[in-house]
Amino acid sequence: MKPAIRERLALNTDLTVATLTAFIREETEKAGFQRVVLGLSGGIDSALAAYLAVRALGAERVQAVLMPYKTSSPASLGDARAVVDDLGMPSLVVPVTAQVDAYFEMMDDLIGPSTPLRRGNKMARERMSILFDLSAHLGALVLGTSNKTELLLGYGTQFGDMASALNPIGDLYKCQVRQLAAAVGVPQAILDKAPSADLWQDQTDEKELGFTYDDADEILYQLVDQRLSVSELVELGYDQELVRRLAERIRRNQYKRRTPVIAKVSGRTIGIDFRYLRDWGL
Amino acid sequence: MRECGKLAVAQVRPALGDIAQNAEKHIEWITKARDRGAQLVVFPELGLTGYQVQDLTLEVARRLNDPEIVRVVDASRGIDAVFSFVEESDEHLFYVAAVYAKDGEVAAVHRKVYLPTYGMFDEGRYFARGNRFAAFSGRFGRTGMLICEDAWHVTSPYLLALDGASLLLVPSSSPARSVGEQDRFGSQSFWRQLLQVYARLFGAYVVFANRVGFEDGVNFFGGSFVLAPDGEFTAEGSVLEEALLLADVDIRAVRRIRYTTPLLRDERMDLVRAELDRIRAGNGGVQS
Repeated sequence: MKPAIRERLALNTDLTVATLTAFIREETEKAGFQRVVLGLSGGIDSALAAYLAVRALGAERVQAVLMPYKTSSPASLGDARAVVDDLGMPSLVVPVTAQVDAYFEMMDDLIGPSTPLRRGNKMARERMSILFDLSAHLGALVLGTSNKTELLLGYGTQFGDMASALNPIGDLYKCQVRQLAAAVGVPQAILDKAPSADLWQDQTDEKELGFTYDDADEILYQLVDQRLSVSELVELGYDQELVRRLAERIRRNQYKRRTPVIAKVSGRTIGIDFRYLRDWGL
Repeated sequence: MRECGKLAVAQVRPALGDIAQNAEKHIEWITKARDRGAQLVVFPELGLTGYQVQDLTLEVARRLNDPEIVRVVDASRGIDAVFSFVEESDEHLFYVAAVYAKDGEVAAVHRKVYLPTYGMFDEGRYFARGNRFAAFSGRFGRTGMLICEDAWHVTSPYLLALDGASLLLVPSSSPARSVGEQDRFGSQSFWRQLLQVYARLFGAYVVFANRVGFEDGVNFFGGSFVLAPDGEFTAEGSVLEEALLLADVDIRAVRRIRYTTPLLRDERMDLVRAELDRIRAGNGGVQS
């Protein structure tokens, strides 16, 4: 990453943590909730969200849920447990193996063998459905753990890990997540390991994406935040193929970042000209 | 008119669309400011309604003589109060307005002139534009009001200063943007620099009254402040939390500054008007 861009992406961690903890506290409490619930994967994003939530609300008001599948790496579960222990927060381990396997056993019979994509999506949605079930059980809002890089790239499952009530880290690029995670005390083992969706053995995000998060962040920041065009970035010396791929991923995945579109029939349509914030009356 | 005194900034967190609750808080804080010795208290932009009212506009709009507004105005006894809401005109146009209330009466109303409608802002969609910047007599002499974006147009404080204002009040709902390495939000740094320049150029007290609280993830940072005419920050509020800020005002400082650095004296209104006419008549300027 060019030093000038790294500098632009560097955060004042105290100010950012103060902002994000105020966000979690205020948006939770004014909606009438006292607690949040989040899935802890053992990765850096959900770990950061957990540390922020505990700072905002106190450990006893943040419910961690660990949802391993049988092929999940034991190290991931260990890393998630380390976060739980360090923060002293309540936690539940809810494996998703039985329901995911039962589903694909049936579906494989009906429509033939599944793909890794479908299996990964199913696991993500199974976890989401557990979190929202616990949301009702605990009276807790579901905290999102998708960062800005993933959201822009569409590197997540719609109605799966991309679903939440509140997302404190969705405007932070991956490199900013790393900076903030180090500042709030996320365990070193989590900071150091390669990011992975952990859907199969030895999977890493960067291998699957075909580029590094640092390269992606550098280009995404200039495309999105600074509004430079693809050709301007190529003029600056960035790899044309990579810049195009990233721009195309942003465009192609816009649908994942929006609520479903509604066909306009009436004079006033939800999502089009029925305009209220979610914080309506709060 | 008082030459010396104390003013307060009520850095509150409004509830979106809940006028009754917000009006209650305004009245409570007006009393609190008076009890702490202030003669003037300034609330943020749209403090009675919340900022992103969108289609709530129709519900939260009030006329100057509606009961909630009258109640807040009535609280301005023993202390002047500046507060802001969506004002509905006789023609049923909806304005972002600030009222200067004094002795239980409306002393002045400013309707926001510049409605940001770009990026994250959408005010032009819902509101009508005000069409004047006029100074008026307040507790501390000639006073002018600028609502948030109004102050991002250099001609607004210029007109108020030429109209005699030595106290500029800037009720705002400014979101925190551009967090970087600095210990302030990017938008916060901009406000501090901008208004500091105005204080110095116009030899005026400047009061930035910004709200706090989140609306759908948008964070209004607070960080209210008061600037003396020499550009010194005489009071500064914290960020992200409610605060009642107090600052001493001494209008004699305006006198000294305007003598020492008589920029306002040397202004040439006729030249400005002639040049504006020339630009308009020629290529029409940037808006042609």
